[in-house]
This record gives sequence, C-alpha cells and structure tokens, in this order.
Amino acid sequence: MSDKIIQILNMNKWFGDFQVLKNINLEVEKNKKIVVCGPSGSGKSTLIRCINRLEEHQQGSIIVDGNELTADTKDIEKIRAEVGMVFQQFNLFPHLSILDNCTLAPIWVKKLPKKDAEDLAIQHLEKVQIADQANKYPGQLSGGQQQRCAIARALCMEPKIMLFDEPTSALDPEMIKEVLDAMVNLAKAGMTMIVVTHEMGFAKEVADEVIFMDEGMIVERAETKEFFANPKSDRTKLFLSQIL
Amino acid sequence: MNKLNFLTPNKNNINFYLYTGIVLFSLSIIIVLSNSFFNLDLIFFLPETISFFLPIVIGFIGLNFVRIEHSRIKALDLVNKNINTNKFNALLSLLIIFLVIKSLPPLLSWFIIDANFSGDSKDACSGSGACWAYIKTWFNRFMYGMYPNEEQWRINLSFISLGFLGVIGFFATEKFKKYLTLYYVVVYPVIAFFFIFFFISGGPIFFDFSYGIIAAVISIILGFFIPSKFKMYYFIIVPITFYILLKYIFFYEELIELGKLETLEWVETGAWGGLSLTFIVSFFCLIFCFPIGLFLSLGRRSDLPIIKYISIGFIEFWRGVPLITVLFMSSVMFPMFLPQDMFIDKLVRVIIAISLFEAAYVAEVIRGGLQALPRGQYDAAKSLGMGYWKMHILVILPQALKLVIPGIANTFLALVKDTPLIFVVGLLEIVGMLNLAKTNPEWLGFAMEGYVFASVVFFIICYAMSKYSYNLEQKYKTER
Repeated sequence: MSDKIIQILNMNKWFGDFQVLKNINLEVEKNKKIVVCGPSGSGKSTLIRCINRLEEHQQGSIIVDGNELTADTKDIEKIRAEVGMVFQQFNLFPHLSILDNCTLAPIWVKKLPKKDAEDLAIQHLEKVQIADQANKYPGQLSGGQQQRCAIARALCMEPKIMLFDEPTSALDPEMIKEVLDAMVNLAKAGMTMIVVTHEMGFAKEVADEVIFMDEGMIVERAETKEFFANPKSDRTKLFLSQIL
Repeated sequence: MNKLNFLTPNKNNINFYLYTGIVLFSLSIIIVLSNSFFNLDLIFFLPETISFFLPIVIGFIGLNFVRIEHSRIKALDLVNKNINTNKFNALLSLLIIFLVIKSLPPLLSWFIIDANFSGDSKDACSGSGACWAYIKTWFNRFMYGMYPNEEQWRINLSFISLGFLGVIGFFATEKFKKYLTLYYVVVYPVIAFFFIFFFISGGPIFFDFSYGIIAAVISIILGFFIPSKFKMYYFIIVPITFYILLKYIFFYEELIELGKLETLEWVETGAWGGLSLTFIVSFFCLIFCFPIGLFLSLGRRSDLPIIKYISIGFIEFWRGVPLITVLFMSSVMFPMFLPQDMFIDKLVRVIIAISLFEAAYVAEVIRGGLQALPRGQYDAAKSLGMGYWKMHILVILPQALKLVIPGIANTFLALVKDTPLIFVVGLLEIVGMLNLAKTNPEWLGFAMEGYVFASVVFFIICYAMSKYSYNLEQKYKTER
C-alpha cells in the first residue's frame, strides 16, 4: 500500500454527455516511470489532468500520495504542490523572467525565503542547462529552452510525482532531443513520472511500463519490452505498426 | 487616369521635371501664402473661377513632376514617401497644406495679434481678438471655485504636498521599491484623503474622525502581539470597540474642547470648485473605481452563482443608466433613504456615484483582458499549487491588466472628462465655473475664451494621462 503513490479506482469522467474516461483502474508505484500512449482523443491528457485535478472526475476515486481528490480546495492545493506538471504549450508566465518563473511558487506557496528559492531555482536550471538564460523572459527563448524551463519550474516545487502532457509535441524536431535528454536525466534520478508522449524511443529508453489507451479506456498495460515485442490486443498492434 | 501620363516624370529628362516641379509647387504655395497672410492677390489678372483653382492645379502638377522614385535626394524621397505616394495622396496633401495656411491667419489674429492680455474689466477688451484679460481676472475662480481667497493656501499646500508625495516613488531606492505598490494603492490615497479632509475642508468634523484614527493606530500596534490565529476576529472587533469607547465613554467632551483650539476654518464642499475640484473628484473616483471594477470583473467570472449574478446585475445596472441620472439620484433620491439625522456630504455622494458608475466600465474592460489569457496560464498556476487568490494576484492579473492598459486609460480619460457633469448637483468644477462666469453681467460675451481655456486645461490633463499610460505599456512589455 505504501509504495503505491497513485491509485485510481473505477474512475469515470464525462464532458457533458460524452464519456471521455471509462472505468479507469490504475496503480502507480513510487519511482516508476510510465508512458501513456494512444491515438489523439483517446483521453490520455484528460487522465493525467485528473491526477492533479485540473479536471474533475465524476465517478470513482483517485488517491494521490494517500490523499483522496475531492472538492475540498485546501487539500487540492497541497496535493498539486506535490505533483509537478509540464504542459504541451509550456505555459510559462510571460510577464516574469525565467528565474522568477521558477521561484514564484516556492516563495508564495511553499513560503521559502527568497534567497533559498533562488538557489534552488538556479540548481534546477543548471540541471536542464539553461541557468545562463535565467534573467531573460520566456518570449526571448526558443521552444526547447522554454520547455526545459517549464520542467525546472515544476521541479522547484520538489514534487513527488511529475506529469508530462505531450511535452515535445509543440516543438521543432531539433529541439525535441534537448527536452527528452532533460527528461531522461530526471528519470535516472529516480523521479516518479507519468508521461503522455508519442516518442516511442523515449518510452523504450526509460519507461518501466507502457499504457495504451483508446476511446477512453486503458486497452493494454505491459512492461516496456513486452509491450513493444508482443502486444496482446489487435488495437495496440495496429497503433504500433503505424507509429513505428 | 491614364490620360494624365504626361504628369509622370520622364526618366530621360529627370532634372527638367525636378526643377519645374519644385517651381510649380513653390509657386502654388506662395500664391496661397500671400493671399492668406498679406491679402495680396498675385493672380488678380485671371478670371475669378480660374484663379480660385489655379494654386491647386499647378501644385498638383508640381507634386506629380517631383514624384521621382529613388531620386537619392534625401529630402525629396522623404516627401515622396510621406505625402506624395500617388496622385490621390498628392491632391489630399495639397488640400491639407492649403487649409492650414488659410486657417492660420484668422486663428493667430484671434489668439495673439488682436487679443487683449491686460486690464481687469470688460472695457479693456475692445479688439476683435480674444479677451485673455477675462481669463486672468477669473483665473482664481476657475482654479478654486468659491473657496475663500485668504484660505486658498490650504488647497495649494495640499496639492503641492500630494504632488510631491506622488512623484516620490520615482526616486525610491532599490530597497523600498517592493513597497511602492502598497504605498500607491493604500498609503497614498489615505494620505490624500486626510490632506483633503483636514486641510481643504477643515472644521469640526475632524474630531469625529480622529477617534477612528486613534482607534486604528492603537489596535494596529496591539495587533502585533496577537497570535495570527485570532487576528481576523481581532481586527474586526477591536477597532469598533475602541471607536465606541473613545467616542461615547472617555474623552468626548475634552477632545472637542481641545480640538476647537486648533481647527482650521471650515469650508463647506459647496464652496469648493474650479480645477481643484476637478482634481479631487477625478482622483478619488479613479482610485475607487479601479479596485471595485477589478472585483466585479473577477466576480462575473466566478463559479459561485450568487457572486456571479450579483456582479452581472451590478454591472448591467450601472452601464444601463446615464451618468447624469445617477448624479441626480445621488443628490435627490439617496438622502430620502437615509435616517433622519444621518448626513452624507454632497461631494462624497457624488464621488461614490461616479466611482460605482465607472467601476462597471472598468470591470468589463478588465474582463476583456482576463478572457484574452490562454487557459494554460490558469492550468500552470494551479498545477504549482496556487489557490484562487495567489493565482490571480501573481499570475493572471499582472498579465491581464497589462493587456488592458489602453482600455483602462480610455475609461479613466472619459471619467475625467465626465466630471463637469457634477454641475447638476450644484458642484461647480472648472467648466461649471466657466458657465457661471459667462453669465456675470460685468463679463457677458466671453464664453468662447472660457471654453478655449477649459479645452486647453483638459487637453493638458488628458494628454499627460494618455502619455503616462503609453509609458506604462512600454515599461511592462516583456515580449521580445
């Protein structure tokens, strides 16, 4: 029980009349790296957005680090502070410098002293190799740099889990590698990660398990090698044959 | 248009076209200039119908002749690029130049040459030009309204001090920079209020208020020793208790007696007026309408239906009624709803009315900015563990407000220019004083000068505001 950091039980979610997630059951252990893949519109993004309650689920339960996600806001903020998230569109705060982007939440949410927050931010920016850009504004950086900054910003909250929502989909092919490198390093450092991505190379390299979703359901979940070597369902086979 | 091909400069004979063009254009300008400034008709020998159009025709031909692309003559290229890009532009430019030349002499003569600058009665103004002596004589009234002459130093002192306190932020050192927002949003308006309340108004009301101040100061000092858990209740209960204790139980009589010795002569708000009243009304309305509008805009986007519909109702109500009726209501209807012995000053009522009215507009402007932000900004802020207020104060509002600086400047300018409407409740700011002065039997017939003066004053104020808003935009620009 204790090493299961995320537990999702019989979770259902609707957008209006349309059911996006159907009967999702998922358990994630600490320090596991999980890649979620599937065709677009299959509910991958919605699933991980539910994990830090950017979307509300209507049925079933989601338990993150021992706390069930409910409508009680105070708890939600605490859980969100422990779950870092990186978005497809980076979503950096354009009115703040890179450094301020990284220190904003630690200072105001975790109440770190400014000095400590800045040291921490520089440390994480160095890890993703953009510490030299710390005083620039997001608009002055390339997409790859912005996404690495977004990773650093999430890491500055020292989260227990990192969620990645298609982090490389909005990038030029040349910049994908630098972002993936940062993510690989993070994975090697032992972070619990759930990654929605189409980068199968990344999945093969770091993922412990791969989840394949289609039409709001988890179709297949398997160890990475197993998943790529002999997928069980036909839908997965079809998907893999098209993407590889 | 193809028939006019002969107008296009011929590449083989550039110099001929250039010089002819310059001569023709200069000639047309000289004809108009001499006609308008020296009353000289250089082309008197031509029939009237031709002489009227001749300057335009030869100027037009001249401009067409000099339209040489890439002439490498800097001045000529500049002219061609800016006022002479094609035949239509040439004609338009020419007409505008002529219009300016034609209208300058009468304007100059009215404003300066034939104007009267000295004297202190109507008789001094005999010329056909403006009577600036009128403005000079009434200047004091236009600035201070009916405020007693010997007390006007109080207004001057207040405004100069407030001006000084206002610009002090620009000289703040790095160490104090972070307190600037607090200073301008909270401390400065409070200081301004006390200046106006104690200095410009003066009088015995001072002492009723002084209890509040003493209560606030004592309770804030004591507040530092209260554990944070109870602070909320503490700051609600204690000041009220203090106020009641001080006012009704302790030194009531003594303080009144003490106060009467030091008090300035009371000047009722009905006597305030002129430009100083414009400033007071605009200043407080700007300060109040912004936060109210901000909360309304957030309220309108709230998930809580009660807050949402109250905000919508409020905004739509105030946007739906004309300002002039709001002012009437505030002065005529509103007092009827108050208890018999309660009295709220006319000026205060007017300021509240205008603030609420403009707040509705500000709310909609800010809502525009909030809607322009991508949803990702909300997601990112939430995913970092920020709650509603942290998210809005740290992430959403700084961006949204930056986007709506032009819109807010627009609303604020409109507000300043709406202040003359307070004449309907008998408060006479600068335009109101003008209207009063122009009906003075000693000075009949100088309405024009007055309105020109008011336009200039308003233009200076509004232009300064719009420049400032533009500077703000530039300052907060973080895009590349």
